[in-house]
Amino acid sequence: MESLKNVAQMKPGDVGIITGFTDDHLAAKLMEMGCLPGVPVRFNFTAPLGDPVCISVSGYELSLRLEEAATISILN
Amino acid sequence: MSHKRQKIALLGNPNSGKSSLFNQLTGLNQKIGNFPGVTVDKRSGHCALPDGTSAEVIDLPGIYSIYPRSLDEQIVAEVLLDHHSETTPDKIVVTADATNLKRGLLLLTQITDIGLPTILALNMMDLVAKAGINYDLKKLSQRLGVPVVPINARNGIGLDELKKVLSQPLSAPQKSVFNIWDDAKAPVKELREKTGVDNDYEAYQFLEQPKSLKFLSKEKQLVVDQIRSSYNFFPGKFQGAETIQRYSVIQDLLNEVILKTADHSWKNYSGKLDRIMTHKVWGYLIFFAILFLIFQAIFAWATVPMDFIDAQFANLSSYLSSILPDGPLTSLLSDGIVPGIGGILIFIPQIAILFAFISVLEESGYMARVVFLMDKIMRKFGLNGKSVVPLMSGVACAIPAIMATRTIDNWKERTITIFVTPLMSCSARLPVFTILIALIVPNQRALGFFNLQGLALMGLYLLGFVAAIGSAWVMKFLIRVKERSYLIMELPTYRVPKWSNVGYTIIEKTKAFVLEAGKVIMAISIVLWVLASYGPGDKLANARENVLNESQNLRLTEQGLEDRIAAYKLEHSYAGIIGKAIEPAIKPLGYDWKIGIALITSFAAREVFVGTMATIYSIGSVSDEDNATIKTRLKEEINPDTGGPRFTPAVGFSLLIFYTFAMQCMSTLAVVYRETKGWKWPALQLAYMTSLAYVCAFAVYQMLS
Repeated sequence: MESLKNVAQMKPGDVGIITGFTDDHLAAKLMEMGCLPGVPVRFNFTAPLGDPVCISVSGYELSLRLEEAATISILN
Repeated sequence: MSHKRQKIALLGNPNSGKSSLFNQLTGLNQKIGNFPGVTVDKRSGHCALPDGTSAEVIDLPGIYSIYPRSLDEQIVAEVLLDHHSETTPDKIVVTADATNLKRGLLLLTQITDIGLPTILALNMMDLVAKAGINYDLKKLSQRLGVPVVPINARNGIGLDELKKVLSQPLSAPQKSVFNIWDDAKAPVKELREKTGVDNDYEAYQFLEQPKSLKFLSKEKQLVVDQIRSSYNFFPGKFQGAETIQRYSVIQDLLNEVILKTADHSWKNYSGKLDRIMTHKVWGYLIFFAILFLIFQAIFAWATVPMDFIDAQFANLSSYLSSILPDGPLTSLLSDGIVPGIGGILIFIPQIAILFAFISVLEESGYMARVVFLMDKIMRKFGLNGKSVVPLMSGVACAIPAIMATRTIDNWKERTITIFVTPLMSCSARLPVFTILIALIVPNQRALGFFNLQGLALMGLYLLGFVAAIGSAWVMKFLIRVKERSYLIMELPTYRVPKWSNVGYTIIEKTKAFVLEAGKVIMAISIVLWVLASYGPGDKLANARENVLNESQNLRLTEQGLEDRIAAYKLEHSYAGIIGKAIEPAIKPLGYDWKIGIALITSFAAREVFVGTMATIYSIGSVSDEDNATIKTRLKEEINPDTGGPRFTPAVGFSLLIFYTFAMQCMSTLAVVYRETKGWKWPALQLAYMTSLAYVCAFAVYQMLS
């Protein structure tokens, strides 16, 4: 499978491992919410208008906007 | 043995069951106060402990970490950092969702590092058992250095044990989870020496959170600022790294204390429900159906208790004036204070119903989905998905709605939401709309089943909504700030609401409304009474004679005479004089001085309009003042300039539009002042809404007449 670059590029059902963040300011908040490097993340679904999106991470569901999802780098 | 009543603060992640625990601990012994100096509601209550003492329990807003993201959260940071004030808790209970302990422990380790005596309440233990997880609680307690109590806050299991632990002495935890970076050690040491802070991590937080140090004296703040700049320490510098370090310690710890892990790594979440609730068709349909239901409830179901309250107060008023001797005091009581209190209490049914719905939506986890559904649309208008809740609440009352904007962490989006919320048609506009619509819109059906009056009412609500959204869109371009907007929000698992929590919310919000808004409405009623009852010179004293002289040729009944006297008194009172003074300004809108009085009196609270109209058109003396009477009187009113009726459709619609847009609510201004910490926004809001109302009412009147 082709390697993805960030969470915003994932499709519903995709799973990946968080590798890092591209935005320091958001990174602090995302990590507090359980998005940590090395943690698996699953893309669940998007809102009807394509934004925000819902992901599963660290055992619960998180919603974030596409632009925020784009700052989470992943590997799969 | 005398000792101070101990203070216990409840802390925890949102959705960790903190509110349920608070309700279980305190029951109905709750009250809402303010934290000193700030405006965030402080929920507190009392709890009897097994040792016979009673503790004060304080419910702090839900947070994910000690680093604040919104105004609510900053209050928590301040309470935790200030170790030497009235509000400093003696013990802290951290509620954590045991099915997902990781995030709960992030917060817990920050609290223990700051050196506050802490207890961990592991909530949702029933779900833990179902998920096949088993904790070694003894080891968890040892490793964290705090007592751990398993509970189920929904049904109260484990509460006795928690109370027992709370009644025992508890020392501050000694172990520190987070090691302060070498770079930060020197400034932390210097800060501790210079300010007497008794803990490394607390000192570290002083450096990290300059905005949360309002409790420090000016001199000490200066010292902290100096240390920060001399070491080149900028806030937020190590926050991410700290989180990573904490989580790695927590992960190690969890590996040790979790004896059996659940076999599926993804929680079996409510995905099936979400497929419907956030579906592009069903999702919006369900949302609008719920909105429709709320509207129906507020407007249809609430009328019965509201009519009842109204009738009771009218009865009380006439009863008082019949048994008490005539005089200014009786008049103040029966015409000023009693109707004033009635005017407050009449809103209770609507507020209670609205908050019942909002509370159910929040408890069930649906509210987060509404935010999720609406975020993209709202963002186009400079708002945030979270703005939906205040805008919806604004339909009942702008005051709690504006208070609900605190969850919006972006300053610009929050300010815009506060600014446009009062344009949503609140329940206080309803009596004004009802009477005016009844006056000018025929009670007929169009297209078979649409009632024209109902359509007109709906149109006004829609107009208010469009004005709110449109104004937000304009403000999006006017306010220029660099602050970034984000929406990182948990979508909690769907749950059946806990009905007692819903009940507590209703009681709490209703109480807050009656006390907070009530004070203002009450004061205004009294001022109004004075303005309408007194006037310069002796005209009022001689009212009876003057009226008798004027109407000698008319054969008036006793009743008709009294009505005329009342109207005469009002015309020559201070209120009447003011009304006449502003007549030139409102003439282009189609209003005369009588409507002018109503505009002025209802400036403070728009629902006063109907009462004032009733008085002006001398209906006050009619004991059974139902709408039909007011309506007939208003219909009969003649415009002396034209000889036709005063309330033509043009005047009526002009008034309707005016009341749709105009601020006309002192309590809202007061709350905006509190929430934005200054007069700038309330002043702008008043100016904007009044001009919008004036211009639109002018246009409508000129077009229709």
